[in-house]
Amino acid sequence: MAEALSSWVRVREMMPPGHVRTPSYLRGKRGQLERTLGPFHNPEKLAYGLEAEKLSLYRVRFSMAEVWGDAAENPDDTLDAEIYAHWLEPCDAP
Amino acid sequence: MPHDHHDHSHDELSPSGHPYRQDNDEPLTYWQTMEIAMRELLIEKEITTAAEITARIEEMDRRSPADGAAVIARAWVDPEYKAHLLADGSAACKAMGFEPGVLRLIAVENTADVHNVVVCTLCSCYPRNLLGLPPDWYKTRAYRSRVVKEPRKVLAEFGLDLPDGMTVRVHDSTADMRYVVLPARPEGTEGMSEAELAQLITRDSMIGTGVPKTPT
Amino acid sequence: MGGQDAGQVPREGHDFALWEKRVDALMVLCSSKGYFTVDGLRRVLEDMGEESFETMTYYERWISSINQNMVEAGAYSLEELGTKMAEITARGETYGEASGG
Repeated sequence: MAEALSSWVRVREMMPPGHVRTPSYLRGKRGQLERTLGPFHNPEKLAYGLEAEKLSLYRVRFSMAEVWGDAAENPDDTLDAEIYAHWLEPCDAP
Repeated sequence: MPHDHHDHSHDELSPSGHPYRQDNDEPLTYWQTMEIAMRELLIEKEITTAAEITARIEEMDRRSPADGAAVIARAWVDPEYKAHLLADGSAACKAMGFEPGVLRLIAVENTADVHNVVVCTLCSCYPRNLLGLPPDWYKTRAYRSRVVKEPRKVLAEFGLDLPDGMTVRVHDSTADMRYVVLPARPEGTEGMSEAELAQLITRDSMIGTGVPKTPT
Repeated sequence: MGGQDAGQVPREGHDFALWEKRVDALMVLCSSKGYFTVDGLRRVLEDMGEESFETMTYYERWISSINQNMVEAGAYSLEELGTKMAEITARGETYGEASGG
C-alpha cells in the first residue's frame, strides 16, 4: 500500500546522451516520494549489456503545476513516475 | 521493385472488428525477411525451437482484458482481496492464477475524488501479462506525448469528461513497474455476481481512458 | 516525448499479423534466455530516432532492435544474417512462401 507522501526531491537536470529511464519533461522538477521500490538493476548499464549494480527506485509524485507551470491544464492534478536513486537529490519544499 | 499487387482485404474487417493487416499472402518486406532469418538462425543454433516460439505466441494470445476484469471484479466483491491487490498487485494476480511475470504490478484505485490514467512516455510499457498486448493507440506518439500534459483533454476525446473537483493522477510507467487501474464499482450493481460484474469492466477502464459500463 | 505537441490520438486498431506475434515472441524468448534485456531493446529503439516512427511500424522497429542486440550479444554474425536473408528472399514473393507457412 502506498505510504504517505514524504521527502521532497528534485530530479537532476543532467542531459547525457544515451538510454536513461528519466523522462526529459521531469528534469529539474520537484516532487515528493510516494513509495520506495526496488532495488533494481541500473538500466543505464543493462541497456549496453554491462554488469549493472542495484539501485533504489522511487515513485515520485509531481504536481502538474510544478511540471508544466502556467501551461498546466489543472495545477492540482498529479503525475507519478518511477525515478532511480542516482537521478534524485534532496530539496526543500517549493 | 514495383508490385502490381492486390489489396483485396483492406476494406474488410476481421471478426474482432479491426482491419486486416498484411500477412502471409502479401509481398515480403525487408523487416519480415529479417524476422524469418533471425528465427531460423536461432533455431539452427539451438538457442530456441519452433515449438517454443509457437508456445510463446499461444501463451500471449491467451491473455486478454478478461483476465484483468476477473481480478477487478474480485476486488469489487471481496474487500480483503482488494486490500491485497492494492498492497501487492503481482501477488494478488498470481493468487487468481494469472502469472504476473518478472515486472511488478501496481494497482491504483479510482475513487469519488481521484481518477487514475496510465501511460508509458518512454516506450510502450503495459501490464501485458494481465491485459494482453496493448491497443495500438496506447503506443502512439500522440497519446504518449499528450496525456502527461493535458490528460483531461485526452480523456474527453475518449468520451470521459471529469468534473473539476476530481483529481487526475497520471502514472508514467518509466521503469520496472506496470500499472492497472482499479476502477470504481458503478452504482446500481448491488446484487450482481462476480461474473456479471466482470462483464462491465472494459480494457480502457483498466488503463484509465474509460470507466466501467453501467448495468443495463 | 512526454509533453510534446501532438494531434488527436488515433483510435483505430489492428489484429496482429503472424510475423508480428513472432517478433514479440522472439523478444520475450531472447531476453528470458539472457541475451539482452528490455533496456537494450529500448536503447536501440531510441537510437533509431523519432523519424523511425514515421517510416516504420511498431514491430518493424522491434525486429530491427532485437537484431541489433542479438548481433551485439554474439548470437549470430552479420555474415550469417546476410546469407540467410538472401536465401529467404529467393524462396518466394510473399511472407507465406518465404517463411514456409
